[in-house]
Amino acid sequence: LKGLANLALDTARVRGATYADVRVIERREQTVNVKDGAVESLSEVEDHGFGVRVVADGAWGFASSALLDKAEVERVAALAVEIARASALALREPVDIGPPVTSTGSYRTPVGIDPFSVPPEEKIALLLEADAAMRGVAGVTTTKGVLTCLCERKTFANTEGAFVEQEIVESGGGLTAIAVGGGEVQQRSYPNSFGRDQRTVGWEYIQQVDLPGNAERIASEAVALLTADPCPSTTTTLVLGSTQLALQIHESCGHPTELDRVFGTEAAYAGTSFLTPDHLGTLRYGSPAVSLTADATIPGGLGTFGWDDEGVPAQRIELVKEGLFIGYLSSRETAVQLARLKGLDPAAARSGGAMRASKWSRIPLVRMTNVSIEPGEWTFDDLIADTDEGIYMEVNRSWSIDDRRLNFMFGTELGYEIKSGKLGRLLKNCTYTGITPQFWNACDAVCDRSHWQVWGTPNCGKGRPSQIAHTGHGAAPARFRNVRVGVMK
Amino acid sequence: MIGRTQTEKLLKRALSLSSADETEAVLMGLDEQLTRFANNAIHQHVAEANRYVVVRAVLERRTGASATNDLTDAGLERAVEAATAEAKALTSLSPENEHFPGLPQPAAVPQVDAFDEGTAGCSPADRARAVGAICRQAEEQGCNAFGAFRTGIHEIAVANSHGLFAYHPVTEADFTTVVMADAEGTGYATDASWRASDVDVAARGEEAIAKALRSRNPQPVEPGVYPVVFEPYVGHELILELGRRAGASFVQEGQSWLPGRQGERAMSPLISIWDDGLDRSGWPLPFDFEGMPRQRVDIVRDGVVGSALYDRARAAKDGTESTGHALPATNPFNPWLDAARYGPLSQHTFMGAGNSTLEEMIAGTERGIYVTRFWYCRTVHPRDAVVTGMTRDGTFLIERGELATPVRNLRFTQSYVEALADAEMVGREVRREWADPGIRSAPALKLAAFRFTG
Repeated sequence: LKGLANLALDTARVRGATYADVRVIERREQTVNVKDGAVESLSEVEDHGFGVRVVADGAWGFASSALLDKAEVERVAALAVEIARASALALREPVDIGPPVTSTGSYRTPVGIDPFSVPPEEKIALLLEADAAMRGVAGVTTTKGVLTCLCERKTFANTEGAFVEQEIVESGGGLTAIAVGGGEVQQRSYPNSFGRDQRTVGWEYIQQVDLPGNAERIASEAVALLTADPCPSTTTTLVLGSTQLALQIHESCGHPTELDRVFGTEAAYAGTSFLTPDHLGTLRYGSPAVSLTADATIPGGLGTFGWDDEGVPAQRIELVKEGLFIGYLSSRETAVQLARLKGLDPAAARSGGAMRASKWSRIPLVRMTNVSIEPGEWTFDDLIADTDEGIYMEVNRSWSIDDRRLNFMFGTELGYEIKSGKLGRLLKNCTYTGITPQFWNACDAVCDRSHWQVWGTPNCGKGRPSQIAHTGHGAAPARFRNVRVGVMK
Repeated sequence: MIGRTQTEKLLKRALSLSSADETEAVLMGLDEQLTRFANNAIHQHVAEANRYVVVRAVLERRTGASATNDLTDAGLERAVEAATAEAKALTSLSPENEHFPGLPQPAAVPQVDAFDEGTAGCSPADRARAVGAICRQAEEQGCNAFGAFRTGIHEIAVANSHGLFAYHPVTEADFTTVVMADAEGTGYATDASWRASDVDVAARGEEAIAKALRSRNPQPVEPGVYPVVFEPYVGHELILELGRRAGASFVQEGQSWLPGRQGERAMSPLISIWDDGLDRSGWPLPFDFEGMPRQRVDIVRDGVVGSALYDRARAAKDGTESTGHALPATNPFNPWLDAARYGPLSQHTFMGAGNSTLEEMIAGTERGIYVTRFWYCRTVHPRDAVVTGMTRDGTFLIERGELATPVRNLRFTQSYVEALADAEMVGREVRREWADPGIRSAPALKLAAFRFTG
């Protein structure tokens, strides 16, 4: 692979590129889907290819191919330069990516049990056992289970001397129980929604989450939700469980701190951001209880790696400290742009190491790594006991937020009334809505590390052509005051 | 592009390597380039050449699936072996899939020409020049233009061990732009076709610039129930949701708005929504990923709710026939869009045109909201098609039959079915948008009531 990578870089240089990098990727993914007591699908995907990114005539070009042979590498590298020259037909400022990146080394996800070493038979048996437990609950109409594992071997090299090799391993799984009746459809998922939770870990994680042991519980909850009272339409205190808080962080902190969005490069699709550079260091994003970080080094996080896709080392960045907005997710180019805007030396601008591509055929974009809330000091029981009246909501069901990441409305699979410091009746069709900084400034309590978990989001969409990224989010239950809930129709 | 002959040879080679009871091999090929621009300059410009073979192997009515883009004999052999080993593992562990009807026999598939040499030959410089013209035009008007212009070639083919072989090459061109006149004054336009010459990039750019200039300095408006005039771009979002949840998998799970409404008039007689993979005004794809011919399905006809969309397995479960809407068993281009996750899917969704103009709709509204497009729409209550989302890129108050002040974007939470029951006028012109892959096509709408919630 090193020879092909060097050939790509040499070809790009000879064709006139002033900078080039190449990623060569081999990926294997295995997925088992079970539905209603039978295996719905069992699939194995093998994927490989390479992408060459260049700067020529001051503009970006990128080309990629699945064919890993010498002639194709030369063709694709030359095409990348041709594309960059075409880009220069509509150029305002020549690309500046700041100081060189010269990383070398290798990284491998620490794995207890290689998920590919577990035979498909064992995975199928596990899911069928969990499925049977869900179907044993009267009133459940559809049951689903999924297990997935992924291994990506990635080589990155650039014309500045960087050469890094990585092997990222992911394991994920989950269950969904659906109940239908009385004009309602209700579902419960475990351990998280979107079909599964996923982490950069081995099969040991799947053993740990104990899908069969939680199957009957979620199925019973799905059935109970059919006859539960609807979430009242009111303004009240809201306590979010950690899975829902993880999504809240993803949508209302992670995306608006992506510096490419801030500079408008996603404006025609994903949108922009309300966190413009004039707010950096001055905006009270949240209350003093709110500190948020982007940390690509958290063990097991779905956004954990050795280097990003520009060869920049994984690192921890503070985004919000005790409520104050202080940092962005960034790339080499956006770090330079921010430095210029702030009157700082662009030659000293350092990327935050958040450039990630979803596959070999995509360019890296500024993406979340593991964007997390720092744990607070409350136990969950104390938090509920301290709440006179409110609603506890957990596990996402629907999510919508505007293109500047301000106006959001989220729904959860279930909720519980909180009355006089105790969890009370079950509530269905729970939704809450708000404006991002108002919401985070209304946060007065975050639970402690014993309640903090890093959840995986394996379905984060961004970019054109579309890219689906895998991101992580550490979260613990947290309390928010004066939140509008129960918006249905 | 590898062409029909090479594709047939490749897929037959894969089938020949299999010892399963039945085997299917699908080619998904893509040669695509995309020019992306922001702040009046090209900032991303990419090309991809890639093709996968997806194999389904069937043993004793259990299926295993695999995909590879290693199209050498060794790569195909590994893919066939993986699929067969999976199917074999299932024979001892999983009950027979009682609804699996077996792989299909060859069926007559209509040929629909949707390959345009001009689109296939579109160069990076061709797209850059078109985009550059929009950027310059925006700059002259004091605006910033953002967007993407994509052209490409898709090759899709299905072969199976019963002798079925279907091949379809199709080109693609789609253009989208958002223009900003200030932080909140934005405009939008999009178009898509299998022929790049159908996509009038300059006209769409002008449309977005004019909208951006008009939507500067938006003012807040109280949430509430308003009469609305929707541009066709809103229609794209409506039929995306209604079409997707007309897939039989959603219907069978009870996660659809169809159950209880089929055969009944649930919407205004002005409303018709259908899926048609043969219509050359869209993005024709005459067969699905099982090789079944695509049929037109009327999801709503003159306001009366019609049929669900089927693949073979879901059709067998309901005792009916496939309508030719199967997704691939596994989809390496988009892992979230495959048969296990979605079941059959509407990818060629149309809403029928009426006989009104946008001007007539505005003139017929005493006080209401005019919306250019919706954004980030998500289902809140699937049985009633209640969706929440935001307006974006040009929202205006209508007062006394005229477009008045621009207004800040609003959140809505509304049953689409109920909203379309109150459709009063339907536009005579339709607009298209890329459905990745596929094309949606919809007209403007005037509705009596729509609920904005924040």
